[in-house]
Amino acid sequence: MNALIEVHNLGIAYRQGAQHTQAVTDVSFSLAQGETLAIVGESGSGKTTVANAILGLLPDSAVLTAGRLVVAGQDLSQASERVKRQLRGRTIGLVPQDPMVSLNPTQRIGVQIAEALVLARGGRYRGVDNDVGELLAQVGLDNPTLRARQYPHELSGGMRQRVLIAIALAGNPRLIIADEPTSALDVTVQQRILDHLEGLVRERGISLLIITHDLGVAADRADRVLVMKSGTLVEHGTPQQVLAKPTQPYTRALIAAAPAFAEPRAPRTAAAPGQRPLLALTAVNKHYRLPRVRGQADRFQALADVSFKVCAGQTLGIVGESGSGKSTALRIALGLEKADSGRIEFAEQDVTDFGWRQFRPLRRRMQLVQQNPFAALDPRLSIFDSIVEPLVSFGLARGAELDRAARELIERVHLPAHFLDRLPRELSGGQRQRVAIARALALQPDLLLLDEPVSALDVSVQRQILDLLDELQRELGIAYVIVSHDLAVIANVADEVLVMRQGRIVDQGPTAQLFNHPGNAYTQALLDAVPGKRQRALA
Amino acid sequence: MNRYLLGRVGQALLVLWGAYTITYFILYLLPGDTLSIMLSASGLEVDALSPADLAKARAYYGLDRGLFEQYGHLLWRALHGDFGQSLSLNRPVTALLAERLPQTLTLAGSAIVLSLIGGIGLAYLTAYVRWQPLQSAMARLPSLGFSVPVFWLGLLLIQVFAFGLGWFPATGSQGLDSLVLPAITLAIPSAAVYAQVLQRGFQHVWREPYITTAYAKGLSRAQVQYRHGLKNAALPILTLFGLQVGNTVSGAVLVETIFSRNGVGRLAQEAVLRQDIPVVLAIVAISAAAFVVVNLLVDLLYPMFDPRITHAPRAPSAA
Amino acid sequence: MPSSNAVHNLDRRFGSPSIQRLPATTPSAPLPVEATTPWRRRNRWSRLLSASRPLLRRPGFMLAALVVAFALLAALAPGVLSGFDPNATAPLAKLTAPNATHWFGTDELGRDLYTRVIHGASLSIQAALLAVGLALLGGLSLGVLSGFAGGRVDALIMRVIDVLLALPGLLLALAIVTAIGFGTLPVALAVGVGIIPGFARTTRAEVLRVKTLPYVEAARLGGASWLQTLWRHILPNAWGPVAVLATLDFGAAILATAGLSFLGFGAAPPAPEWGTLIATGRHFLITAPWVALLPGAFVVAVVFSLNHLARTLEEIKR
Repeated sequence: MNALIEVHNLGIAYRQGAQHTQAVTDVSFSLAQGETLAIVGESGSGKTTVANAILGLLPDSAVLTAGRLVVAGQDLSQASERVKRQLRGRTIGLVPQDPMVSLNPTQRIGVQIAEALVLARGGRYRGVDNDVGELLAQVGLDNPTLRARQYPHELSGGMRQRVLIAIALAGNPRLIIADEPTSALDVTVQQRILDHLEGLVRERGISLLIITHDLGVAADRADRVLVMKSGTLVEHGTPQQVLAKPTQPYTRALIAAAPAFAEPRAPRTAAAPGQRPLLALTAVNKHYRLPRVRGQADRFQALADVSFKVCAGQTLGIVGESGSGKSTALRIALGLEKADSGRIEFAEQDVTDFGWRQFRPLRRRMQLVQQNPFAALDPRLSIFDSIVEPLVSFGLARGAELDRAARELIERVHLPAHFLDRLPRELSGGQRQRVAIARALALQPDLLLLDEPVSALDVSVQRQILDLLDELQRELGIAYVIVSHDLAVIANVADEVLVMRQGRIVDQGPTAQLFNHPGNAYTQALLDAVPGKRQRALA
Repeated sequence: MNRYLLGRVGQALLVLWGAYTITYFILYLLPGDTLSIMLSASGLEVDALSPADLAKARAYYGLDRGLFEQYGHLLWRALHGDFGQSLSLNRPVTALLAERLPQTLTLAGSAIVLSLIGGIGLAYLTAYVRWQPLQSAMARLPSLGFSVPVFWLGLLLIQVFAFGLGWFPATGSQGLDSLVLPAITLAIPSAAVYAQVLQRGFQHVWREPYITTAYAKGLSRAQVQYRHGLKNAALPILTLFGLQVGNTVSGAVLVETIFSRNGVGRLAQEAVLRQDIPVVLAIVAISAAAFVVVNLLVDLLYPMFDPRITHAPRAPSAA
Repeated sequence: MPSSNAVHNLDRRFGSPSIQRLPATTPSAPLPVEATTPWRRRNRWSRLLSASRPLLRRPGFMLAALVVAFALLAALAPGVLSGFDPNATAPLAKLTAPNATHWFGTDELGRDLYTRVIHGASLSIQAALLAVGLALLGGLSLGVLSGFAGGRVDALIMRVIDVLLALPGLLLALAIVTAIGFGTLPVALAVGVGIIPGFARTTRAEVLRVKTLPYVEAARLGGASWLQTLWRHILPNAWGPVAVLATLDFGAAILATAGLSFLGFGAAPPAPEWGTLIATGRHFLITAPWVALLPGAFVVAVVFSLNHLARTLEEIKR
């Protein structure tokens, strides 16, 4: 059978000046018409390079060092730009990664889709506008005529993703490459869109190539799975084969690290029933004023009647999609925002109306680890300066003592001491997050609030950070409040879980109970949407 | 929308009023003795006059009133189009301006058109070229453009094209040929700025994800640059255009001096040499008005180019 | 063990919390202070030095730096670069073309043009330095105040900046010069005031950008006061684009002061300000073009080098 894509011993390197960095080494696979193939790998694995090579969109600095790449009968290793261009759009379609930035912001939706249609046909033709409308309806957008006249910023993320799928389908391709289709949007939205895409693709007999870092997504939706690491092909097989009988240690590590495939955790030390909570929010409300736009509300209710509490040494997980209010709850607990009504108590003090000065002494006991490790450290300060800054601000230590404190903190997060001398840009994302945790620990807080602590990191790094947090909790007895959109992460670390939706708490309870017997339809929907569920059900 | 329009117009008027007031205070307050300046501008010596004559002169120039009264009086007349009398030329300032303004407007207008074409064209080509050495060289050109003193450039062009090759006249205000060299001279610094900004814009846009989407549709590089790159990269130029009005006016003063053109710019230079305060005040007021009007137009037209900007009332934090 | 002592010291300082923590297990015995992996605290200067080493390999940068250094030397110690007297007239040798003795030729009074250009450097560069210094002072304070305070203060300051922007630079300078008289100092002041809006806006934009970054929030949560945050985080991270702008505006200030002296508002003759040199040379354009063109070429070289330095700095930072 004539395969749509054939890759034989492909090698690709990037040239920078005199340096050659090998990005892909000796990769071989094939993809038949109508098949769905997933390439799984972390950052630096080379999966994006392979996808770009198929599209013919490798940068000028990339050079093919070995092997052949044949797409739809054309040998792309030697092909001219013209040939590659002919393939794009007409034979190969791309659904890009982040729908929020992948559409031209100054062009109407209809124009952008029409452009793809016209290119495929070879020239402008009469029925273009009709075809645009039809395509928009097929990808599931309501009111196609209205949408065609709108601009990208007027559409939600999910709608934009559907438009991008429409653009990819416009040229009637034989292959669609979906680049990281699950990273940018809410989990339930993603599930719907991917299901829809799967349906469309199956209807038309199109091959689908999914590039992802998420083993769960690959396992759920692909006929075959390829695992890549550092540019080489590590594992190759059907999802059942790869998950049940992985042959390589790396694959085993990946499966172990994926939160989706781990068991929800049982609470280690149940809170004593009469114990006073460390942090308690009671009936908190918060709204934001919106600029007045016709046809829309002028206020946004971020939190409505939210109550929860955290006891010492426990971990509370707050899970919710975007707009659920989970980050707002953290900010109100920290005193960064003021609630409209309700009470906030920390360490048995009512801090609801505390001003910044009043709150300051309490800050030593409650700290925050922020979401984005790449912006959480001042790029001009050395790691040493960043870690000890809280100690300096409170005037708690000086000179040699400061050095000792820094050394101890950095060892606690398992980073070598000579890192103290480095700048943030010399560290990876995971290492920076460790530094942020070390900084948060400097004042020896009783409570640590973590806002999406691992979302920006690779799966194996996520596992390391979560293990570190676990270890720190056991050693220091800190309580955690962890906020995440990723149910799998929460399942791994929380003793008790709160599910939030549009500012309200819709479900709450101990982790194992919530996951096995969710009390709410929304919670059930979230659980269903976690990628990898199909495989777990089969196993 | 109407409320927004009124708000912006109000703001513009406020700025204009502020500009007039500041200039007034500089001209009437900073100097030690305004009277002697005005007298010497009219050709009289302060010491040669008797106290009685001095008092008459003071009344004549309106300097005997209180500070704010004098200011109010001048502002009131200015709003009615009367900018007073030129001290050195003894003619109404408004008449002088009316005579000289068309020249300057033609010069400025042609310079603006040339600078837009030149600047945008250069940056577009720079982004189009793929051969690294040529691209680096072209990327340096705008920098050269605003390193050059505009008056020196005029002299150089006169030397080469007027005296050397004889293609264009060196001076004069008549006819199309006398417009060419001055317009080019005035256009170059602005063109350099546009080119620089657009270059940066292209560099930024080339890295945007929607460019990859465009490529994935099967467009060629030239098509992507034109259809998706240009509009997005050129957005900052619109705002810049408004700001460049000031530079064009400043440049006009120098260019008109070099090429001996009868415009408002040269009038300004002569007025400063003779310390002719009313003329200087009037010219600065008119330039400020031009700046304010152009920027107001740019602000109102911006949503046409960038659909993300609407004229909904913004949150107070946006300035 | 020393390390855990440090921990205990801190504990004693702020007392034990009223809520009982779960018993903490002590970590395994840490290494003694004289650790096996010593780390040197590289201070900021050595880091800066190692960052600037690759710059030495760029020919364009070195050339530009040389030109600027030459100009600065001319400004500070003109005598070093030329033996002639800038004011010594020699009517017999007037308007001679550039040759071995007179590198730039002579002007209409027989003075050596090269020497006059060198001596003019001190006037023009001093004026430009004064102008940029004034603008930095005014612009930085306004920008920081505006960006930091926000709200009404911000709006008010931005209106003032808008008003200053509405007055074209040269015309504002003309007004100031009309009022306080001609000379190098008034020219420098006038140019400085015209540059203030640019600095104010850039500083404000940077302060606003940095103010909302997570690490500033982390510092505040770590107990830093607004003043400490401003000093430690906001200012050091905001000064980058301002430094680039300062270098660019230094060149622009040279051009602006030259323009004003060209129009006749600078220091009185025989002061060899660059603009004045070009203005007098203008009259001899047909017969002796070098009198006007060579000083200008020198100015172009200096300003272009400054722009090149600024652009390289900007590229390095990215």
